[in-house]
Amino acid sequence: MNARREINLTINGTHYAVTVEARRTLVDVIRDDCGLTGTHIGCEHGVCGACTILLDGEPMRSCLMFAVQAHGRSLRTVEGLQRGERLHPMQEAFMRHHGLQCGFCTPGFLMLAVGVLEKRPDLTDEELIEILSSNLCRCTGYENIIKAVRAAAVNMKAPA
Amino acid sequence: MSVARLEDLPLVTGRGNFAGDVSFPHQLHMRVVRSPYAHGHLKVIDVAEARQLPGVIAVWTADDIADLSPIDFREGPNEKLAPFRQPVLAKDYVRYAGEPLAAVFATDPYVAEDAADLINIEVDELDAVTDAFAQPSEFEGALTTEPTICRQGYGDVALAFKDAAVIVELDLSVGRHSGVPLETRGAIGRYDAARDVLELHGAAKVPHKNRESLARMLGRSPAGIHLFEGHVGGGFGVRGEIYPEDIIVLVAALRLGRPVKWLEDRREHMMAANHSRQQRHRIRAAVDAKGCLLGIDDDFFHDQGAYIRTHGTRVADIACGILPGPYHVPNFRVSGHFRLTNKTPAATYRSPGRYETNFVREQLMDAIARKLGLSRIEVRRRNLIGPHEMPFERPLIALGDEVVLDSGDYEGLLDKALARCEWDKLESDVLRRRGAGEYVGLGLAMYVEKSGLGPTDGARINVHTNGDVEVITGGASVGQGFETVIAQVCAETLGVDYRRVRVVHGRTDRIEYGLGAHATRATVMTANAAAVAAVKVRTKAVHMAAQLLQQDPSSLTIADGNVVRTDGVGASISLGDVAHQLRPTSSTRGDRDPGLAAEGWFTTAHMTYPYGVQIAQINVDPGTGAVQVEKMLIAFDVGRAINPMLVRGQLVGGFVQGLGGALFEEFQYDDRGQPLSVTFADYLIPTASEVPEVDVLIAEDARSACNPLGIKGAGEGGVAAVGAVIASAVDDALGGKGLISRIPITPQVLKSIIDDLEVQGSRESVAADNGLPAGPD
Amino acid sequence: MKPASFKYYAPTSLDEAVALLAELGPQDGRILAGGQSLVPTMAFRMARPAHLIDINGIAELATVTVKDNVLAIGACVRHAAFEASTVPGVTGALLRKVVQNIAHYPIRTRGTFCGSVANADPASEWCCVMAALDGVVLARSQRGIRRIAAADFFQGVMATVLGEDELIVAAELPLLLEDTVTGFVEFSRRKGDFAIAMALVTYRLESGSIIEPRVAIGGAETHPRRLPEAEALLSGKMPEGGAFSAAAKTAALAIDPMEDINNTAGYRRKLVQTLLQRALETAA
Repeated sequence: MNARREINLTINGTHYAVTVEARRTLVDVIRDDCGLTGTHIGCEHGVCGACTILLDGEPMRSCLMFAVQAHGRSLRTVEGLQRGERLHPMQEAFMRHHGLQCGFCTPGFLMLAVGVLEKRPDLTDEELIEILSSNLCRCTGYENIIKAVRAAAVNMKAPA
Repeated sequence: MSVARLEDLPLVTGRGNFAGDVSFPHQLHMRVVRSPYAHGHLKVIDVAEARQLPGVIAVWTADDIADLSPIDFREGPNEKLAPFRQPVLAKDYVRYAGEPLAAVFATDPYVAEDAADLINIEVDELDAVTDAFAQPSEFEGALTTEPTICRQGYGDVALAFKDAAVIVELDLSVGRHSGVPLETRGAIGRYDAARDVLELHGAAKVPHKNRESLARMLGRSPAGIHLFEGHVGGGFGVRGEIYPEDIIVLVAALRLGRPVKWLEDRREHMMAANHSRQQRHRIRAAVDAKGCLLGIDDDFFHDQGAYIRTHGTRVADIACGILPGPYHVPNFRVSGHFRLTNKTPAATYRSPGRYETNFVREQLMDAIARKLGLSRIEVRRRNLIGPHEMPFERPLIALGDEVVLDSGDYEGLLDKALARCEWDKLESDVLRRRGAGEYVGLGLAMYVEKSGLGPTDGARINVHTNGDVEVITGGASVGQGFETVIAQVCAETLGVDYRRVRVVHGRTDRIEYGLGAHATRATVMTANAAAVAAVKVRTKAVHMAAQLLQQDPSSLTIADGNVVRTDGVGASISLGDVAHQLRPTSSTRGDRDPGLAAEGWFTTAHMTYPYGVQIAQINVDPGTGAVQVEKMLIAFDVGRAINPMLVRGQLVGGFVQGLGGALFEEFQYDDRGQPLSVTFADYLIPTASEVPEVDVLIAEDARSACNPLGIKGAGEGGVAAVGAVIASAVDDALGGKGLISRIPITPQVLKSIIDDLEVQGSRESVAADNGLPAGPD
Repeated sequence: MKPASFKYYAPTSLDEAVALLAELGPQDGRILAGGQSLVPTMAFRMARPAHLIDINGIAELATVTVKDNVLAIGACVRHAAFEASTVPGVTGALLRKVVQNIAHYPIRTRGTFCGSVANADPASEWCCVMAALDGVVLARSQRGIRRIAAADFFQGVMATVLGEDELIVAAELPLLLEDTVTGFVEFSRRKGDFAIAMALVTYRLESGSIIEPRVAIGGAETHPRRLPEAEALLSGKMPEGGAFSAAAKTAALAIDPMEDINNTAGYRRKLVQTLLQRALETAA
């Protein structure tokens, strides 16, 4: 019943080989087996979005997937946003616009926004707010998160 | 100045250190087993099968921790309330669904939960008390479910009512809700045997106070127990009190000889972390013919839940003391019936005692206006305390402190707010739209907040030989930008770049005393203490530099981390070099104490009272009853805003929490005391789609008289009056008849009211057409 | 909130999955597709399947095809597929309109149309679509394929006629004619929440009058269904005021609404009336 499987995960370009029970959630394996604790757990039932990561480029809730399902797949987490010491425009925008207070929901929002804007750089403001309503924040009241993502959307379109 | 925060870099790069991120080698994972019943005799907890599960190291029930006392009150022993304290693990009775009954310790959190499933519980169910308004019943033996009544008052209320031209009477309720931070609680206990120090990681809010309490509870020297606060995912008042889980992980770490990690899950949080807000007020006001208050008489029923936790009766006490708000109330009597029910215990949640009473008092003012045919604005003008009356002493107590409103121009801020939102234009616009059949309304609420709870805080500053500054405080960070504000204050006084200032907090092993972060005190108290220390450091630096540079101290200043002449001419010396010259072995030190360092203390006699005005415009969809907030203004006077960006962040963040309490959030129970709101699908926190644009007016007109920096603190100013202003606006949308008596306001309730109004309206117009009365009214 | 243990299987062919389900279905085995509904219930330990058969690796189930004016949606097609112009014409436009109401984007990248149908939550938008358009569920087991009309498929709250050895391989929707007008409105407390009620309408016009009306209500009763009483009041009428409000009023009276602590039957009736009215008014 508690048989463990060997799975391979590629997270932020790095390969991880871990052995896990089938019931271990993807977020638990990312945090505890791969040591990447930037992705947070807020509810474990798929509503708050704190656990949002990119799976094959699409934002998804890592608490709603078993790690074994991600075998052989490519994941991106908040730790992979920066390039060396250079922060991602989204991270910079959050800092500049006071888009975080306690920071607990922040990785989930960063991955959600990055994932969506990479695929759809020309989101309307209305679409943007709708997307951001996917995740919960209890500190900021969302105002500065929206500002930050709007600003980052512009920077992400600019030539590098 | 609105500088960027020091806290942000680790948080945006996923390198934070929240409780869930703290791990120690060989740690065990704790899973708490909780009562599925709201009330009953606990007959059997059979843990035998759970103990056998591979990976389970131990399973404890109350018998295993029989030597531990129930959890004490933070302010010290209270004989009258002591019998109602919560035991660490339930023994003979269970009193709320979610109450801890047992703890499983296993090598893996999944296994710990498997083991918890194997525990067999038998409870002889008793009737659950779910209504604080019902007559008190038995708690145990001769003890009833009304442990105490919080009473305050002054003057002669009976006479006031006798003399009244008009009496207004309301019955108003606030629904049960709470902070519900995104990060659930966590506690990691670790015993460092090498140094005989017991450590609690994942602490929050009041590490020093808790350390004192825990040392006492566990019979340890305070020197042998330390608390560590890492990153905290939102506090809002619910975190940081001593919960059963904090004690269990510490005792387990000692007795099992391994670190013990406990992470709360969301379902647990909704029924185990402090609830708040639920009160029912039956309030009466006596007014003269001009609408001036002669007296207020309030009986309220505070739904405390199953036990009295570390806050004692604090929330009800605050409600008593702050209810009058910014108005003259010549005679006052309040009785807060502190009632126990079979629900999760309650305590503080951001603006405790004020969110509730602001709603009640502002509805009262609206009712007075309605009864006398005055505008809601005019009735408030007639009752406001004036700036020339400051400091205004009210013979009431809140948070153990006499209420002395230190400074404030309430009417001035009202005028600013009305001008800012162009009230007259809004009003005519709303009237026009109403004429066209829309349900649209304007709400107004005025309120006084409290902050800067002292009495005393201290800080230590040390300048390192490379010029970096370290400030050691007993403060705490729950995400509000504490480090940045303290760094700014020190930087300004010391003449350095704030980015070179490191702020230490949440570490009982770095400083002996601390107030933590609650009651919006961090900026007021800790910043002022840091400022005192910074002045001392600056003075020492300038005098030492004067000696080294052979200059008169009065001709020197500090700029950009260097001591220079004020005229900019001649040699300078960096603070780091000054620190180097002050090292113990330095020949130039003379008989000065070594180090460019100092300790500073700040004491305040009273809390300080920021104040605000909130204005909202809403519409109600007559087809569904849904409320949409169209416009929102928060006008708040903070005395002095050190970092306006952070102040605004606090106000807007608080506003959205307040909006949740006004329209969406409620902990609901069935009549067996079963909690019904235990997931994020049932307990509705506002998302980005529910939030309007918010206009924020930060005023700095009324500096605090209680501290040299003049600051008042904004942490609770956003949330405080949102229940009040939204209720006022919805009431207005429904015709201003006082039809809103409860928050949260739900679409179903509004749809019903609107349908009744429309039937009434068509009955009236049919009757009018026929020259008949519309019916009994 | 960690799930209880289970055995995990990841078949790569449909035959393999069907065989596994035949054996394990009767032993508390469940299908795992999107997981957006199943995994949370497992986290709460309200569901404790002994076996999980993950069908995400079966390529043939991930397709959307149109043949003979029938749209066939494979078992693993995600909600998000309908946000793009995957499905052409008026039907595609309707699905695009509906999908915006389903939860939130990160759920839609994983959750599946057929999973939603199998789950049969009364508040499921796709179930309402299936009922409204008279969709067909294709259920496969080792005994063969069953074609089950939507009207026969849903039995009640989270209850369908699906056997424990059957899995949905596809859902079929007849394509709407290109001159069909459609409307969809739902009401929930917050954006993305489970709908308290929803109304879906389609009709065509002939000489300015309504023909072939379809009115389906979801979220209000234990399962979604068409309301012939309301449809009858639209047939042959001009698409405006009088007919719309008559149909909306009738729909409100015709349903047998669910009740819960927050929503009385009376309130749901009022909502249905409002929503159907609005769906008709905004149909285009």
